[in-house]
Amino acid sequence: MSDDSQAVSVTINGHLYSGTCEPRLTLADFIRHECGLTGTHLGCEHGVCGACTIIVDGRSTRACLMLAVQADGSEITTVEGLANGAELNPLQEAFWNNHGLQCGFCTPGMLMCATEFLEGNPEPTADEVRECISGNLCRCTGYASIVASVLSAAEELRR
Amino acid sequence: MKPPPVKYARAGDVAEAVALLTEHGSDAKVLAGGQSLIPLMNFRLARPSVLIDINRAAGLDGIRVENGSLVIGAMARQRDVETSDVAAGAVPLLPQVLRHVGHVTNRNRGTVGGSLAHADPAAELPALVTGLGGELLVQGPGGSRLVAAEDYFLGTFTTAMEFDEVLTGVRLPRLPAGTGVAVEELARRHGDFAIVATMAAIHLAADGTVDLVRLAASGVASVPVRLHGAEAVLAGIAPTAEAIDAAAETVAGSIKPTGDVHAPADYRRDMAGLLVRRALRTAIQRTEVAA
Repeated sequence: MSDDSQAVSVTINGHLYSGTCEPRLTLADFIRHECGLTGTHLGCEHGVCGACTIIVDGRSTRACLMLAVQADGSEITTVEGLANGAELNPLQEAFWNNHGLQCGFCTPGMLMCATEFLEGNPEPTADEVRECISGNLCRCTGYASIVASVLSAAEELRR
Repeated sequence: MKPPPVKYARAGDVAEAVALLTEHGSDAKVLAGGQSLIPLMNFRLARPSVLIDINRAAGLDGIRVENGSLVIGAMARQRDVETSDVAAGAVPLLPQVLRHVGHVTNRNRGTVGGSLAHADPAAELPALVTGLGGELLVQGPGGSRLVAAEDYFLGTFTTAMEFDEVLTGVRLPRLPAGTGVAVEELARRHGDFAIVATMAAIHLAADGTVDLVRLAASGVASVPVRLHGAEAVLAGIAPTAEAIDAAAETVAGSIKPTGDVHAPADYRRDMAGLLVRRALRTAIQRTEVAA
């Protein structure tokens, strides 16, 4: 590694991860390769597909469009932070029950986007859910089952 | 792909960013929200030698009204401006325009200043600032200066900023109460770059004639365009259907669209006229004349 390497410490899903990296390392690659959390997927690597969406300091963020060094000191939630051990959270459960995934590649991004969305809008309409996931590409489901999953999760979370 | 090798420096304030730019020269790049620069680096279309990160620079994220203008700090996140009551109250066109900028996740991180410094001619914010006659606040080694939007955008990805200057904010004239605003955008999908976008702000006097009209378009030239000709048609008269048509007919002559893989030039020209007509109709419907 070159002399330009930078120290990075981030808290991911409640655990502190520290390391050094080249400035050009994206946050997505830091999370996958340095922290070993491979639930965050990389599709397009230019901010279009949404698969790498994570939550940084409370807001959904494209992990491929942020450098790891920029995240130093941040609190991050990735898809691994949603379930409680083997127990899926209500959003994940809703994806399971409504066929919200087939191959699963886009699912981490969909879940993280929907997590932020439902916190701000607990009673969404189907159109609002479609707008929420409009920046996330899925090549399997045709989206209808993902919209149904998020709506069903919203209902469950309101109980 | 992955970004090419690059050095990294974090600026604690604008003066430090300017000093770093001066030190590293024209191959250095300021990193704001990264929603345009990082994709360009991932594609290897941009290869800056040094990134000067201003995300933690103090005092750049304000959104406030000052002397009749809305002043937005360069590092204000697009999502924060979109949801700001202060911004919506002063310039109600802003939240409407911002909803067309990428997706929520992009706007969470993307900044107002980043979009204006990047100067993509298809982007919405440069068109809004140009149409409303905004001014850009720029700071360099010699101090600060204010640049009118129409003097600031020089070409595709090119602004009047020197390599050692940093965009620190934008000043937009406050729209009077009762102003009707509308955005019309043609894009392949919501959140994509505009093929053509138009925006209108109209205010009516008590007698129903137009006493303020601002019209702008993006995706129709190498820079965002304020449609002065169409504005002149409507100024001072009642905005009848015929007047709207006459204004829209001037649009083709005031733009210089180029064709690309998304749409040929003629199509953009036709759509610009159509979308100006639509934006005008909607904006006029939304005007409120003070009782």
